[in-house]
Amino acid sequence: MLPDRRTRVPLLLIQTIVSPPLIHCLIVSSRVPANTRALVADAHALGLENIAQIEKHDLYFLQGALSENELRRLAKELLTDVVTQKFAWRNGVEKNDAQTIEVALRPGVTDSVAQEIVRAARALGITNVEQAATGQRFTVHGNTAQPLTPNELHLLARRLLANDVIQHYALGEIQPTFPQDARASGIVETISLTELSDDELLQLSNARRAALDLNEMRAIQNYYRSIERKATDVEFEMLAQTWSEHCVHKTFKAKIEIEDWRLETRDSISSLQSPVSVIDGILKTFLRAATEKINAPFVRSAFVDNAGIIDFDDEFEISFKVETHNHPSAIEPFGGANTGVGGVIRDVLGVSAKPIAATDVLCFGPQNLDAQNLPEGVLHPRVIRSGVVAGVQDYGNKIGIPTVSGAIYYDEDYTANPLVFCGCVGIAPKNKHPRAPQKNDRVIVLGGRTGRDGLRGATFSSMTMDAQTGEVAGASVQIGDPITEKGLIEVIVRARDENLYNAITDCGAGGLSSAVGEMASETGAEIELQNVRLKYPGLAPWEIWLSEAQERMVLAVPEKNRAPLRKLCDTYNVELTDIGAFNDSGRIVVKYAGRVVLDLENNFLHNGIPQRELKAVISEQPSVISEQSSVISEQSSVNSEQPSVISEQSPVISEQSPVSSLQSPISNLQLLAFLAHPNIASKADVIRLYDHEVQGGTVVKPLTGLMNDAPSDAVVLKPLGTKGTRGIVLSCGLNPEYGKHDAYAMALSAIDEAIRNAVAVGADPERIALLDNFCWGDPKRPETLGALVEAARGCYEGAMLFQTPFISGKDSLNNEYLGADGQRHAIPPTLLISALGIIDDVNGAVTMDLKRAGNFIYRVGIFARAENFVPPLSPETPRIYRALHQAMRAGFVRACHDLSEGGLAVSAAEMCIGGRLGVRLEIGDSEELFRETNGCLLVEVAPNDRDIFENYLKEMPRAFERIGRVTENQKLEIFCANEKLISLNVDELADAFNQSPVSNL
Amino acid sequence: MKPRGLILHAPGTNRDNEAALALEHAGARAEIVPLTQLRAGEKHLRDFQILALPGGFAYADALGAGKLLALDLILYFADAVNEFIANEKPVIGICNGFQALVKARILPSLQSPVSSLQSQATLTFNRRGHFECRWVTLKPVSQKCVWTRGLEEMIYCPIAHGEGNFQLADENDLATLRAREQIALRYVCENGEPANGAYPFNPNGSRDDIAGVCNERGNVLGLMPHPENHIFAYQHPRHTRGERGNLGLRLFENGVKYAGGI
Repeated sequence: MLPDRRTRVPLLLIQTIVSPPLIHCLIVSSRVPANTRALVADAHALGLENIAQIEKHDLYFLQGALSENELRRLAKELLTDVVTQKFAWRNGVEKNDAQTIEVALRPGVTDSVAQEIVRAARALGITNVEQAATGQRFTVHGNTAQPLTPNELHLLARRLLANDVIQHYALGEIQPTFPQDARASGIVETISLTELSDDELLQLSNARRAALDLNEMRAIQNYYRSIERKATDVEFEMLAQTWSEHCVHKTFKAKIEIEDWRLETRDSISSLQSPVSVIDGILKTFLRAATEKINAPFVRSAFVDNAGIIDFDDEFEISFKVETHNHPSAIEPFGGANTGVGGVIRDVLGVSAKPIAATDVLCFGPQNLDAQNLPEGVLHPRVIRSGVVAGVQDYGNKIGIPTVSGAIYYDEDYTANPLVFCGCVGIAPKNKHPRAPQKNDRVIVLGGRTGRDGLRGATFSSMTMDAQTGEVAGASVQIGDPITEKGLIEVIVRARDENLYNAITDCGAGGLSSAVGEMASETGAEIELQNVRLKYPGLAPWEIWLSEAQERMVLAVPEKNRAPLRKLCDTYNVELTDIGAFNDSGRIVVKYAGRVVLDLENNFLHNGIPQRELKAVISEQPSVISEQSSVISEQSSVNSEQPSVISEQSPVISEQSPVSSLQSPISNLQLLAFLAHPNIASKADVIRLYDHEVQGGTVVKPLTGLMNDAPSDAVVLKPLGTKGTRGIVLSCGLNPEYGKHDAYAMALSAIDEAIRNAVAVGADPERIALLDNFCWGDPKRPETLGALVEAARGCYEGAMLFQTPFISGKDSLNNEYLGADGQRHAIPPTLLISALGIIDDVNGAVTMDLKRAGNFIYRVGIFARAENFVPPLSPETPRIYRALHQAMRAGFVRACHDLSEGGLAVSAAEMCIGGRLGVRLEIGDSEELFRETNGCLLVEVAPNDRDIFENYLKEMPRAFERIGRVTENQKLEIFCANEKLISLNVDELADAFNQSPVSNL
Repeated sequence: MKPRGLILHAPGTNRDNEAALALEHAGARAEIVPLTQLRAGEKHLRDFQILALPGGFAYADALGAGKLLALDLILYFADAVNEFIANEKPVIGICNGFQALVKARILPSLQSPVSSLQSQATLTFNRRGHFECRWVTLKPVSQKCVWTRGLEEMIYCPIAHGEGNFQLADENDLATLRAREQIALRYVCENGEPANGAYPFNPNGSRDDIAGVCNERGNVLGLMPHPENHIFAYQHPRHTRGERGNLGLRLFENGVKYAGGI
C-alpha cells in the first residue's frame, strides 16, 4: 500500500503540542474464545504449568480528537468483526490487573496495520486520526485459584508473549509508542584515521561494529593517508559493509594454508591429483572450478548474478537462489525468517525474473529441551520454531509464491544457532535481463521507505553472537511487508518487458550503499541522500545510506523512461524515488543537502580489500565406527528427544543393541520409533501452513499418495504460461550428522541426496544444477576452516562425478554463540545442497506412493555398507541414475522413493503409507534393515514390465535387486532368511509417521 | 463473441493469473485490471460481462481478511458494482474475493436492499486457528446460482486460507439461505457424503459445511476454495495414480456460458 505522504504531516506537528495528545484505546475480543492451545503448551514447556488458558485480545490505539460518533464508526465498521467479535473502549486509567499482560511494538518497527487504519479512517471521512498503533492484550487464567506471581508473568511475557527486540510489554495497561523524532538529521562525523595505532584501529572497528580485522583497517588507514584527509562516518560505514564477510565473502576468497592434507587416504574417486598445501580461494578452487570444467550447455549464469540461471526451454530461463537468515532468526524468529524470504525473493527479482516458488530448510534445537538447559539470552527452540515457521508462512503466502520444498532438521547443536535457509526460484524470458548501467541513467529506488531498521546487518551477520546480541542488534532485525514487495514484482516484470531499465539490483545487506555501490562499480554514481524517502525524520546520512529497510530495489533508468516507469508504479501502488545519476567518474559520491558526505574511488572500494590469509587444519576426525544410522545415534545423544512411541511402549529399547540380534518385535518398535522421530516424521503440520498451490503450477506436491499425506522426494512445477509439457524439479540434500564425522563425505552425500531425490520424481540427471549453502562456525579457528575446505573439496568431487554444475552459492559463517558462562556453542558443519532439475514431460512424473498390489519392488543402487560412519558413494551411481531415468521416461516405473535416514525399512514404510498398500520384502542380512546408504532407491515395477525394466540396468548387475512385491493385505512385512523382521499394519505406520510429538500440540 | 471477464487486481491480490487462465480456458476473454485503473476511469466495469475477484491478501488482510478491499468496493465502486449485479451479469469472488464480497455485504445479501451496516455473515478464523492449504471435495448444491446450476460432478480443488470459516450473525438466516437456494457449494467427504462439520473434509468449521454462497438472484457467487487451481489434469494431487476429473474448470465454463447468453 502506498502510504499517503500527507499522513506524515501531523507526525511532525505533534512535537510542538504541549498538552498530552489524546489517545483512544479499543479492546477487541472474540465472542468465542480463540484456540490458544499451542500458546498454553508453549507456556507449559517454559515450566509454567499452572496456566490453563490464555485469552488474546487486540488493542488499537488511535491518536486524535475524535467524536463519539466517529469512535463508534471506527469500532463497528473498521476494527471489529461484529459477527464474531465484541469491543470496548478503555475508560480512564485501568487498575493494574495482575493477570494481564499487554504488548506493543517498539518505535520504528513497521506496523502496517496501523498505517492502514489511518488510511482507511480517512477513506471513511474520519480525518482526525493522526496516528495509530496496535498491540495485544493477554489475559492469563491459572489452573488453581492461586494467581500467577509477577515473576511468573514476567517470565511468560519475556519468553513467550513479547520479543524484547521489537516489542515492549507491561503487566496491566501499556502505553503505545509512536515514531518520534529522536535525533537531528544531517549530522556527519569525521573520523581521523591517519594517526591511529594498531590497537586504536581495532578499537574503532569494534566500536562501530565493523567486523574488520587489522589488515583491513590498515588498508583503510593507508587510503586516507594517501588522499590526505579524514574519513566521514558515511565512508567508514560503507567500507565496513562493502568489505563484510556477508557482502564480499572474504573467507571463501582467502588464501588458505593447509596443514595435514591427507588427500591420498581419501576415496578412489578423488580426481585432484597432487596434495595441495595452499589454495587461492575456496570458491575459485572448488566451486567455480567444477562449474567451469563441466561447462554445461544449459548454464546461463553461474556465480556472477544475484541468482544462478539455467535454460528452461527455447523461450524461458529459470533462476534459483538460496540465502540464509540465521542470526536475525535467532534473536527475532518471525521477523528474521520473514525478511529472509523477502530478501531471497528480491535476489530473483534482481535477475529480472518473476518468482514462482519458495523453498525453506530449517534447523532447530530439540523442541522438548528443558528450559533450564537454555543458554542465557537464547530463545527456546519451540519459540524459535513457531516464530520462524510463522514468518515464512506470512511472507510466502501473502506475496503469492508457493512454498513448495524444504526440510526441517532437529539437533541439539542448533539450539543457540538455528539455521534458516530461504530459497526462491524465478522464471524470465531469455535475454531480457540487462546488466549495465549507462552514463546519465537515473538511480531509481522502488518500493518501501527507508527507516532506521536493519543497520549494519551485513557486519552483524559476520560476528559471533552472545547474550547481549539481542539488545545491541535490535536495529538489525525488521518485519517484512510482503504486499509492498508484491507490488515490486508487478512493476519489475512489466518494466523488464518494456525495456525500461539498464540494470537492476536488490537492496539487501548494506542497503543502498551496497546496492548502488555494486551497480556503479564499473561506472560511477552521484547520489543525493535527501531525496531518499524516509519512514520518519531524523536519520543521519550514514543511517540513510546503510539502512536495510526491506522491499526496495534499485534500477538504472534512462531519463526518458522515468515517466513510463512512474506510471507503472502508480498503477501498482509502488513508490518511485530518483536519488541520483550514474556517471563515468569511477567514483561514488554521496551528498546530503548538496554537501559531499562520501567520496570514494571505485577501485579502492571494490578492490582495496586485502586478501585474507587463513590457516586450516584438517585433522583426523573423531570418527565413530558404527553401522547404525545417523538418526539412531542422534537419538542417543539427545535422549530427552526420544519420541513417545519409544518411551511409552518399550522403555528398555536400546540404540546400542547390535542390529544383528534384533528380534522382530524390537524391529517393529524400532521402525515405528524411526517413523515418529522428529527428523523423519511427517512435516504436514508445517507444510500445510504454507500455500503450496498458488500460481497453479505444483504438479508433484510436497505431500503425495492416496491420502495426500506421504512425503515426496522432490517437487515438480510446471510454470504457468509456459508452453508444452516441460517442468522443473526442486529437491535438497542435507545431513549435518555426517558433517560431525567427515565434512568431505557429508558434501558428497548431500549432493547425491539432492540429485537422487530429483531423479526419483523424474528429473533428467543430465540437466541438474546445484546450489551450495555452507553454514559454518568461526573460520578463524583452523579446525573449523579445515572442515570447510574438506566440504568444499567434496562439493568439487561430487559435482564432477555427477557432471552437475554449481550455479550459485552462499556461505554463512560465524554461526556461534558465546554463552554468558564463556561456553562456546557452535553448529555442526552444515551444507545444504539444493538441486534444480528439468523434467521434459510433467505428465510422466513419478511419485513415491505404491500403486498396485502384485507389482515388483526393486532396490536400485549400490547397496554398500558404511566402513565409517558416513556411507560411501559408488562412482557407478551417475550411470545408475541415468539408466533409471531412461526406464522412467519410457514409463516403466510406477513408484520410486529414495533410501535416506532410517534406510530401507523407513523408505518401504513411507511407500506403504503413500499407497495405503502392503509390501513383502526379502533382504539378505538383517543388518540391511536400517542401513543408511548413498545412491539407493526403491522402485515399483509392474509384472509385465519386469524384463524390459531390468534391461535398462542389466549392464550394472550389482546395481539392482528384486526384493519383493506389493501386497493387498495392508501390511509391511520384511523377511530375512525366513525370519520375519518387520510385520506392521499400514495404519500403524501411518499413525506413527503422522503423529510426531512436535505436531501433536 | 467471447464474453469479457474483468479480474480485479488490488495490492496483495495473487491468484489473478490463475483466475484469468481459468476464464480463458472456459471460453472467455480475460483481462486483469488494477484497481487504480478502474478508479482513474481508464477502464470501466460496464464494458465487461464477467467480474472476478480473485484470491490473495488485499492490503495484507489488515483489519481482517477482505476488509479493506470491501471498503474500496463500498467507497469507490458501489454504483458500478450494484449496476453490474442488477444487470444480472455473473460475478465470482474466490477466497479473498469472497471475503471482500461478504464484508462489503454484497453476499449473502439476506435483506435487499441492504438496510443495515451490520454484517449478517462473516468469514472468520478457521476453527483450528491457523492457515491451511489442502485439497477438498465440493458438492455443487444450488440450482439457482448461475455458476453451479446443472453441475453434477463434484469439484476437487485446494483451499489456502486462514479465515474461511463461514458464520452467520443470526442463526435463523441459515434457513433463509437454504430456502432461497443461496448455498451454492458444500464441503463433502471424498465419496460425496455430507461432511457434517468433520475435519478435514470441512476444513475450517464453516456453518452447515458451506464452501460457497450466492446472492438471492444467483448471479454472484463467493467461495473459499480455489477451483482455478484445478483446470488441468496434471494439477490433480493423484494424477500419478491415474486419477482424473472433478475439475474446477466446470464451474468457470458454467459461468462463462451463462455470461455468453445474456
